[in-house]
Amino acid sequence: MELFLEQTLNGLQAGFTLLMISAGLTLIFGMMGVLNLAHGSLFMVGAFVAADVGARTGRFELALLAGVLGAALAGVLMEVLVIRFLYRRDHLDQVLATFALVLIANQGVQMVWGIRPRTVSRPGWLEGSLTVLPGLQYPIYRLAIIGAGIVALLVLWLLIEKTRVGMWIRAGNTNRELLGALGVNVTVLYTVVFAMGAGLAGFAGVVAAPYLTVESGMGDNFLILSFVVIVIGGIGSIKGAVVASLIVGLAETYAHTYLPGLIGELTDPSSAAAIGSSLASASIFLVMVVVLLVRPQGLYGATTTT
Amino acid sequence: MRRLIALIAVLSMVLAACGNGDTPDEAETDTTGAAEEPAATTAAATDEGGEDAGDGGDTVTVGMLTTLSGNAAYLGEDTQKGFELALQMAGADNIELVVEDDAQDPEASQQLAERMIQRDGAEIMTGIVFSDVAGAVVPEILGEGLIYLSSNAGPSTLAGESCHENYFVVSWQNDNPAEAVGQYVKEQGFENVVAAAPNYQAGQDSVNGFRRAFGELQNEFYTELGATDYAQTIAQIRDEAPDAVYFFYPGGMGISFVQQYIESGLNENIPIFGPTFSFDETLVDAIGEAAVGLKNGSFWTPDLDNPANAEFVEAYTEEFGATPTNYSAQGYDTGRLLLSALEAVDYDTGDTDALREAIRAADFESVRGDFSFGTNQHPIQDWYILEVVPGEEEGDYTNTIVEKVLDDHVDAYAEECQLGS
Repeated sequence: MELFLEQTLNGLQAGFTLLMISAGLTLIFGMMGVLNLAHGSLFMVGAFVAADVGARTGRFELALLAGVLGAALAGVLMEVLVIRFLYRRDHLDQVLATFALVLIANQGVQMVWGIRPRTVSRPGWLEGSLTVLPGLQYPIYRLAIIGAGIVALLVLWLLIEKTRVGMWIRAGNTNRELLGALGVNVTVLYTVVFAMGAGLAGFAGVVAAPYLTVESGMGDNFLILSFVVIVIGGIGSIKGAVVASLIVGLAETYAHTYLPGLIGELTDPSSAAAIGSSLASASIFLVMVVVLLVRPQGLYGATTTT
Repeated sequence: MRRLIALIAVLSMVLAACGNGDTPDEAETDTTGAAEEPAATTAAATDEGGEDAGDGGDTVTVGMLTTLSGNAAYLGEDTQKGFELALQMAGADNIELVVEDDAQDPEASQQLAERMIQRDGAEIMTGIVFSDVAGAVVPEILGEGLIYLSSNAGPSTLAGESCHENYFVVSWQNDNPAEAVGQYVKEQGFENVVAAAPNYQAGQDSVNGFRRAFGELQNEFYTELGATDYAQTIAQIRDEAPDAVYFFYPGGMGISFVQQYIESGLNENIPIFGPTFSFDETLVDAIGEAAVGLKNGSFWTPDLDNPANAEFVEAYTEEFGATPTNYSAQGYDTGRLLLSALEAVDYDTGDTDALREAIRAADFESVRGDFSFGTNQHPIQDWYILEVVPGEEEGDYTNTIVEKVLDDHVDAYAEECQLGS
């Protein structure tokens, strides 16, 4: 029982981290129609900037601020220099161009910060573990990530539902041309939305950095999972991203916990552990395939085709 | 819209599949702080080597194919630094070193090796870090009739029946570090032990090596190669409640695992043990204070007490401003072994038999002290348990020897090799 609860917390924490990355990605997809493979690189840039500032100042708060701003700035540069020219291009062109950005970013951080892995120290007041239930200790920092994910989600929701920019974003999601015709400067709006998504990915990178290793390519795995989230949740839907992130986070965690044991019933323990681990990694793709079969537009995707 | 969804879905799966090729293999990580490019050494330009391929005499061309990009780039860089330092200290200006980045890509590496041999005229090859690259490239190099000196990877697949007279491993056989740790954990009286490792060949080899020395395991957990979040595995370890944990997480995976394990509070009651690849001087600096006291198994440490090592550590630190890692030491020993053999045959690489004999003699002072080749031309060497301790400067950490656990250790595959019998 403790194991199940602990794994549930782990799944939620993984899900919220994933959400912070995929929310921006789905927003950008939905609005601009750009497949940005380099979104995971923004996560990495946030973590590297935070590692740098954290090492210089010893202050997590400053590292967090710098990481978010650094990623947002990188996002703006990315949009202005490259992405902007891809809006009207074929998706395959977008994939090629943004994949090139991934390679450049992975090599770039090594040119700037060196080839050795780095770390970010968590703030002192988030050190240690909390006894969540008798017999179940859970790291305070991971609980804080769940909290940070919820806060980020609320801010994003307020921004989109309650502000004028948010109204434009929703409008742009539905009909870009009309939005431009109504006098909204779509070019600037796109850059702003891109910067927001980038900042959110950078935020995720900074809060994940204290328990991950800050190294080249660290965002790539998260990018892959974000794609799965977006397919499951439906392109452009924040609500879909929330639900799908939590599904993916929990499904992967439970699969890794329980599949090896189930397979152990059938074969010897050693190979069961290896097979179970492989199957667990594949499990989220299985979820994705099922969703595609049952609801091709995703759980909350628009049913109209464009 | 449908096409877009299909494209994303396919992309996610393709990328996930590719991702696996992209992570540290059996080896690990390493070193310290600031990494400058190796000072000018003999490494260099590629073109002219072709002319004197094979004829021996004056200049010998050595091909170093190693990992210089990606998240394991420092493994190759340290290997190269160590190797070049050996040449530089010997004043060996008649060795031309051709260096290429294998980018951890086995297939592309085969072509690179081919080019280094055919176009650049490499007469001897070395440098591969990862076992999967070695598994693809080494047979091809041997097929060309060249001698290969491994400075890192020692896969079991090339150590036993498939051993080859032109294949020498200067580092270690992959199972050895795990055997050293297994021996120690058994001697310490731990009974119920679980193991955790990435789900790929070197991870499984490592757990097998541990089991060979320790005995049966209570349970074993495999994680995705390159994974960075180990919370699930740690929860399962908590659930198993073992006496101790053996883990094999080279490179950045090691930082993540150790940090998260300590964060979980489990280490207060359940100690963790692993091979040196998660505990080199770079990694323990990154993990910081929390790493102090952690025990790990290795064949070498910067404070290993012998004259060759003292000379190496001092020269390396001065040249590069960083403490050498085990990769540096492996590169250095490979360079010194090669120099000793080339001097013995007067730099004449035309007579492969003579050169091979000279290498097999291992007539050089290794930084690990005793060193000789077994029948399968893998090292016979001592293994130690190290402990992480604070270094001389604030925020600096290093390893010191606790005890020697294996003396003149021979790998488990040597007896399957028919060489020299």
